[in-house]
Formats: sequence, structure tokens, C-alpha cells
Amino acid sequence: MRNGVIGLATFVSVAAGAGDDYHLQPVPVGDSAQVFVGKTEGFARGNGGNIVNTGFIVGTDGVIVIDSGPSRAYGEQQRAAIEKQTALPIRQVFITHAHPDHFLGDQAYSGIAISALPKTIAAIRDHGEALSDNLYRLLGGWMLGTRLVPPDHAAQPGTVIVAGRKLRLIAAQGHTDADLMIFDEATRTLFAGDLVFFQRAPTTPNANIEQWLSTLDTIDQLDFQYLVPGHGPIVQDHAAIAQTRDYLRWLSTTLHNAATRGWDIQEVMQTPIPERFRSLSVLDQEFPRSVTHLYPDIELNVLPKQTAAKHE
Amino acid sequence: MFRSRTRFRAYSLAASCLLLGVSSSALAGDAPSTIDPLNSPSWQYVQARYFDGQKLIFDDRIKVLAPTAAEDPLDVPIMVTSDGIADVEEVVVIADLNPIQKILAYQPKRASPDISFRFKVEQSTPVRAAMRTKDGVWHLGGTWLSAAGGGCTTPSGGSSGLWQGHLGEVNARIWPREDKNQRLRLRVIHPMDTGLAKGVPVFYIDQITLRDDSGAELATLQPFEPISENPVLSFDLKNVGPVHVEGHDIQGNTFTATIQP
Repeated sequence: MRNGVIGLATFVSVAAGAGDDYHLQPVPVGDSAQVFVGKTEGFARGNGGNIVNTGFIVGTDGVIVIDSGPSRAYGEQQRAAIEKQTALPIRQVFITHAHPDHFLGDQAYSGIAISALPKTIAAIRDHGEALSDNLYRLLGGWMLGTRLVPPDHAAQPGTVIVAGRKLRLIAAQGHTDADLMIFDEATRTLFAGDLVFFQRAPTTPNANIEQWLSTLDTIDQLDFQYLVPGHGPIVQDHAAIAQTRDYLRWLSTTLHNAATRGWDIQEVMQTPIPERFRSLSVLDQEFPRSVTHLYPDIELNVLPKQTAAKHE
Repeated sequence: MFRSRTRFRAYSLAASCLLLGVSSSALAGDAPSTIDPLNSPSWQYVQARYFDGQKLIFDDRIKVLAPTAAEDPLDVPIMVTSDGIADVEEVVVIADLNPIQKILAYQPKRASPDISFRFKVEQSTPVRAAMRTKDGVWHLGGTWLSAAGGGCTTPSGGSSGLWQGHLGEVNARIWPREDKNQRLRLRVIHPMDTGLAKGVPVFYIDQITLRDDSGAELATLQPFEPISENPVLSFDLKNVGPVHVEGHDIQGNTFTATIQP
């Protein structure tokens, strides 16, 4: 399977020519944090998986990187772009969670500590290979040479000093079962990972909506000046949190109501989506995906257990 | 097989003639209804295997609702709808490019031919529903499903043996619908192993019968290997009141349940 996929990737790479330059340009946030803002799209050959926000913070004696992107090429180009901005060495990479657009650039940081929450590390070890295979299928040549490198350091929640910079590491859950947020105290910049989306429909393959909503309440209490969502434009207010919450609440209510009415999955997928969400990009792909992820557990809750099995 | 091949050639010729602007009247009697609108590479084979010598038309009223892309190849949700086609005696659902093509056969006796289920897909494939009406004609509709695949050759999640204490356990509920109809939703615990995963023998539920309170059949269903593990099914029944469910798998394990509305 893997060989076949790699073969395909090689072929596509040749066909696409020099298509693997992500043209990464950091956008300054505050005075020392910067963000590579990805497109608000889904994985596609046209974007090479650059659909994610990654970032870095320049400390007094080094640099902190937040998420390494979807491929080896992305990680290498991200590192080169950072090294153009500063001569200080990269001290640490934080991986916010175990989704492939956030950690498959790890290879570019060999020899540097890569930290993530323990459950994130376990999930990357267990499922990273399958996730990477799927990106080979979706992105083709962009993935050339990408290998799985699981983070090797367990991130400890709380305040830490890295590269002379005071960071608050916040462990949360909801988007996945381990979501790490990084709060830079000096610039009051919150790297929220995929706990917050903006102008792009949230993804839910490993989500627990109730936990996620509760985490959003926690994020609302944080005294940030800038919030960097995992996907979508950087904000200086609570609009992205409110939008993510609004969408998740609607999604959860819609699915629970459908289950109570006895609908099957395909009927749920026909649900009209409220006008206020129509502007979210990739909504038409993400809503049916979310129904597939979340509905099976919800529907089972309304199907009472009947007479036990009879073996003859 | 030979017959089917010959027939296909005739239709190809008919199509070329039309393209060239030549009158097709000479060929019109042999209606080219079996030119597959889904343009499946396996259509000839599917036609010969399942519909050889039988009357068949492509019918827009029959829809197969599927996601554009299979998010989970082990659990692709499908709904078949018939837009009120009357007198359907049998429904067959086929995925042309699956290693096991036939997903289910369904005989709606006092039920709508519309049915929802989930199945395992091995690669991108046409998924088609064929409905045989009283007059013996098969009406076909379908769609293409895009999939990364691997669904049929992966062991069930339950192949660890976790299902063994719960085999045949039924969760179900009835919802009243308009005009003295009701919706039955059913989940049965079963690994539904295809036999294509290494070291895991074939093992699936092959019969489910639904009866009303008097014991009369409402519908009968033969699931096949591609139906997903722990099948979840939705039926639209033309009755009201309790429904008795009985079924068995290929090893003779049986299950029964009575669902009260």
C-alpha cells in the first residue's frame, strides 16, 4: 500500500514540476511573534496542504516554533523562512495536536526538542502513519520524502521559560483528546491550535463537542491581545471563539434533534445550513464529514437495547 | 457473458451512428437503455452477472444518496430512495468495483423500498440500487462514490473478540410517520467480517425478517459481507404497532427482538 502511494507521489511530483514551493511569508503579530497564515481550504494538490496556521516566537536567546505543518517540504521551508528573520537558534517546537497538517514537518527540526502533550504523542505514534498515507493520497508530490517523526518531549502544562520567553502551556481537549495552547505572556498572543477556527468550518474527526464548548469558555477568559486560530485569520477580539462556539452548538443541536426524530445519516446530511454559516469556507465538505464522525454515537443513544441475543 | 459482450457492441455501434448523424431508427427497437449512465468499467460484467436476460431500465427516480467522498471506508452511509415507484418486489444494491459487489437484497412486502444502511468500500466505485417491479422490470439508479479505500480487506474492529459476549444484541426504536407508516431503526452487534482480511474468516448476518404483531412479514433482508460491522439499518414500514425482528448469520447464530412503538 505504502509503496504504491509513494510511487504515485513520485509520478505526480514529476507531472507537477516545481510545484512544491509553499511561498511561506510570516505575518508579524505583536512585536516578536509571527504567523504563517494558511489558506482556509481543505487538503488539495493546489495548496499542498498549506491550509494551517503555524507560527514562531523570537525569544532573547532562541526561537520557539508552533506546529511544523503538513509535510517535510513545509517544515523545511518554514525553518528557512524563520532563519531569514533571525540568526537565533531554534530551541523548541511545540505540536498543538495530533492532526497531520500540524506535525508532518517535524523532520525539518532534527536535533531540536519537539514537545507535545503525552496523549498527542501517543496518537501520533499510533495513527501518524495512516494520516501521513492519506496526505500522500491527497497531496501527491508535496509529500515527497515526508516521514513520521513523533514528538519526543512531553509538554508540561503551566508556565515555562523557553528561549528566555515566558510561555503558558495550556492543556485542553475537545477538538481532539489532547489540545495544547501556547500563550506568550510578553505579547499576550494565544496560539489556540484547532480549538478555534475562524471563517472556516471546524473539523471534527476526533472531536468531543461538549468538551470543546467547555474549553471555548475557558479560552474566553484568557487575557489575550491576539488570538491565532488553527485555521483562519488572526483576530484581536473574541469573534473567532464566538463563531466556533456558534457553529459547534448548532452542529450538536442539529444532530441530537435528528436522532430524536429517527433520521438516518443521509437524511441528516440534507439539513439546510443556516445563512450565518454560509460564508465559512469548506462548509459543504466539513458538515457531511462531521455528521459521519459524530452521528453514530448520538443515534445510538436514542436506540434502546432490546431483547438479548439468543444462541441456538 | 458472450451474449452480454455482443449486446454491448451493438450499443456502441448505435451510439456511433447517432454521433455520425445517421438515423438510428433501424436500431431503435433495441432500446439502448443499458448504456450505463455511470460509465462504469465493470458495467458489462455487473449486467451479465446480476441481470442477464432480464428487462432493465435506468430510472432517474431511483437515487442512491452517498457522501461525495467516503470519510470512513469501513462505514459509508447510504440511503436508497425510490420517489414512490409502486409495486417494488425486490431491491438489490451493488458496488461495481468492490471485491464483493452485492451489498444487500431487500424484499419490501409491506414496506417502502427505501432503505438506509452503511457499508465497507474497497476503492472508488459506482454504487447502484436496482428495484424489480411487479412486471419483472429492473429499475436502476446510482452514483459514484470516491474513496481512499481498504474497507473490505480490513478486519472488523470487533475481530479482537470484544463482540463475542454481545453477538446479536439489538438496539432499536420505532418512530410513527404520516399515513399509518412507521420508521424502524435497528442496530445489531455483529463483526460482519468479509473473509478478505488475512486470518479472519467470513462471518456475517445473512437474513433479517421483520413481522407485524400477527406474524405476517413486513419485509425481508439479506445483508452480504460488505455491510458494515454492527449494522445500522433504517426501514420505512407500512404498518403501525409492534415489530418482531428475527435474523441469523451464516453460522446459524440467531437473534430476535420485539420493538414496541
